[in-house]
Amino acid sequence: MRIELEDLSKTFDSGREVLRGVNFDDEVTSLAIIGPSGGGKSTLLRVIGGLLSPTSGSVRVDGREIVQDERHLTQYRREVGFVFQQGGLFHHMTGRENIIRPLVVVHGMGEKEAGRRADELLARFGLEEDAHKLPAALSGGQRQRIAIARAIAPGPRLLLLDEPTSALDPEYTTEVLDMINELSQSGIRFIIVTHEMGFARRACERAAFLYGGTILEYGSGRELFEAPKTKELGQFLGKMFEWQ
Amino acid sequence: MALFVQKDGRKPSPFAAALNIVLVCAVVTAVFWLSLAIIDIRFDFSFLPDYRKWVLRGFGTTVGVSVMSLVLSLLIGVLAAVGGSSRVLFLRYLCRGYVTVIRGTPLITQIYLFYYIIGTAWGIESRLLSGALILSVFEGAYICEIIRGSYLSIDETQLEAARAVGFNRSQTAKYVILPQMIARTVPALAGQFASIIKDSSLLSMIAVVELSQAFREISTSTFHLFEAYFTLGAIYLCLTLPISFASKRLERRFYYEN
Repeated sequence: MRIELEDLSKTFDSGREVLRGVNFDDEVTSLAIIGPSGGGKSTLLRVIGGLLSPTSGSVRVDGREIVQDERHLTQYRREVGFVFQQGGLFHHMTGRENIIRPLVVVHGMGEKEAGRRADELLARFGLEEDAHKLPAALSGGQRQRIAIARAIAPGPRLLLLDEPTSALDPEYTTEVLDMINELSQSGIRFIIVTHEMGFARRACERAAFLYGGTILEYGSGRELFEAPKTKELGQFLGKMFEWQ
Repeated sequence: MALFVQKDGRKPSPFAAALNIVLVCAVVTAVFWLSLAIIDIRFDFSFLPDYRKWVLRGFGTTVGVSVMSLVLSLLIGVLAAVGGSSRVLFLRYLCRGYVTVIRGTPLITQIYLFYYIIGTAWGIESRLLSGALILSVFEGAYICEIIRGSYLSIDETQLEAARAVGFNRSQTAKYVILPQMIARTVPALAGQFASIIKDSSLLSMIAVVELSQAFREISTSTFHLFEAYFTLGAIYLCLTLPISFASKRLERRFYYEN
């Protein structure tokens, strides 16, 4: 899937300029966005996912520009899966219901078919026993895995993950990353914002280093992690690996 | 000590709970009994059966007015909450002004104002109807705040997640906002219903013969002032206790966060 970002900028109402002229043009199969906090990673992911409109610039997916009005954006969001850092599951629905409801309401699936689809995914990721619980009764890792299952259930063209493991205890981080890796190997294209450098390096084909609202470096994991070209990336990696 | 003081994070045992509840009742009863003994008053409730018709009629009126006010004030509260966040400035200021003024003034002022001035001017003659309307206007302001509060307490991420799964505005309202708001609003509404029942006693000011007015009349014709008002209090408790119990139950049932 080809993603083109042209001169993308985002300034919030508060006057904070988060993205300043992001340019990108490449085929994406698995991409990690890394960089320091406040560098604009989550904002960029939301713009790509159609959840935020850029102040200026454009996003093209497979040559088609995303029109920034609510009707087109709603349509576009239906083709993309999005996973939040936390709290993305609907609190008042069970895990299974979280998967089924969008399939029925948004994608026009029958109740039974949606149920089958949900059960199939839940079984595949060993979640069937806990899926009848409300999110509050699940572990953080289970919540995120169900959130990922919900995101991929309609068969989206692209999966976007915004720091899906940042709010998790280390023991749960692995189970979530394993799941993303498995999905990736089964052919699901994804972009992940992450602080898990090992995952960015080994499980993602490409990585982008976002710093001060622009992409400072872009390339394969090997290029970025072994031979950073900019001082900023060097310092960032130094900090990330200081205790590893 | 475990019998009297709760340990951190542990529920008191049934025995400790029962023991302490009995103690509370005993102490409260003792204080009242002693007070009565000191001023030498003896209660005599024997007059009550003779007035059961008055009591029943008052009870019916209180329940009727309260139920009607609950429905109407819910409607007013919803409208005021929606209007208060409207982009039409006239509507917004009207609704916010209504809530502020009603919440900031005593019910008794509103009863006199609406009944004697507005009610008279527009020819609303039924005291019962005016009473129910006035009570609804009063309680509507509180219900508006309950609804507004439960809307504001919806987590921003829930709304973002709704957009992310592809819900449009009306789908978001139907599948995310409303269910979550109802879960938060219903227990508080049950609590508000208990307030409506108590507040309805003020309608006696415009001679609506509801429970408290009925008992005022009973007390003046029997001279059993204390007995009449204690009975009145007991009847109100019989109405409000089950409601607050239900409110607590609903709260627990809908409590799905954390």
